[in-house]
Amino acid sequence: MAGLRKRRRVRLIVAGLVLLAAAAALVGYAMRDGIEFFRSPSQVVEAPPPPGERFRLGGLVEEGSVVRGQGETVSFRITDGANSIAVTHVGVLPDLFAEGQGVIVTGHLRAGVFEATEVLAKHDEKYMPREVADALKEQGVYRGD
Amino acid sequence: MSLWEFANPARFMRISGAALPWVAGLAAVILPAGLAWGFFLTPDDYRQGSTVKIIFVHVPAAMMAINIYGMIVVASLIWLIRRHHVSALAARAAAPIGATMTVIALLTGALWGQPMWGTAWAWDPRLTSFFILFLFYVGYIALWAAIEDPDKAADLTSVLAMVGSVFAVLSRYAVNFWSQGLHQGATLSIDRDQNIDPVFWLPLLACIAGFFLLFLALLLVGTRTEIRARRARALQLAMAG
Repeated sequence: MAGLRKRRRVRLIVAGLVLLAAAAALVGYAMRDGIEFFRSPSQVVEAPPPPGERFRLGGLVEEGSVVRGQGETVSFRITDGANSIAVTHVGVLPDLFAEGQGVIVTGHLRAGVFEATEVLAKHDEKYMPREVADALKEQGVYRGD
Repeated sequence: MSLWEFANPARFMRISGAALPWVAGLAAVILPAGLAWGFFLTPDDYRQGSTVKIIFVHVPAAMMAINIYGMIVVASLIWLIRRHHVSALAARAAAPIGATMTVIALLTGALWGQPMWGTAWAWDPRLTSFFILFLFYVGYIALWAAIEDPDKAADLTSVLAMVGSVFAVLSRYAVNFWSQGLHQGATLSIDRDQNIDPVFWLPLLACIAGFFLLFLALLLVGTRTEIRARRARALQLAMAG
């Protein structure tokens, strides 16, 4: 008697978990575009957003594209290798902002230039003591900022 | 001796009582040692400077937050299938510890994000699912407190724990599902030795061990307290009846 009830409980639990997983998968599938935190330059080029839409643009800061010294304005280009978009920002940049590093900017496109109101730096999952990085750079193995 | 021996409350009290001083003592040694090692004896990171030291609290706390939730789900399943009371009480005792770990991870994450990302909070998939996990912890604790009948409370909280497991899994793997987020990928993954220098990795390992031992000690104390409270309640009912 107890064994039968236990088997029934197990069956119910398994059925519940399967349904839960299916529901979660369906929600995730339906919202896969909305869940994306930022768009890449290629996505923006392929499907240009309507004028004035605020969105996040993410990618790497193109090497040699950062122009400072225009008052508080900084301009640079964000690239994903295939396409790149010009960005201007008025204000302070985070510590990790550098050429060749990942950034996510929030703002809108105006006449092909992305006017960013917020600049976030993305950092990777790599950790290394400064001395090791310096040594690697001297040997030419590692190139970064 | 099988795992199910712990299902007997009397035996659990005996074994856990004997193990508790050792676990607590080990935690009291390893956790401060690991944190001191990480805070004072490691060099600055090549890009993040000394801000990287937050990793020694953030990563262990976040790992524990997710894994404790996993433990609650497993304990709830054992309760639902085999009806062992110790299992349900262990799940109940683990919840406040897990919720605290979640808060620690969220706070240290904000302290880390402000200087490095440029923001303390963003609605990034990983951050969002982690925040929802915290809400599930709070709801789980509240549901336990809201229902008078202990067995019914154990049943309903078990179901809630299982529903929340979606977000525990999500917050663990969100960085793999959505590459386009703000939070970086997992450092402690298969290519770990390329991600993190041993000079950071070893103290981090000590901190993770310390956090785990702290959790184990608190869990034993909490579960023992729950068993005693259950006994006291039974005695009270017997005397009143």
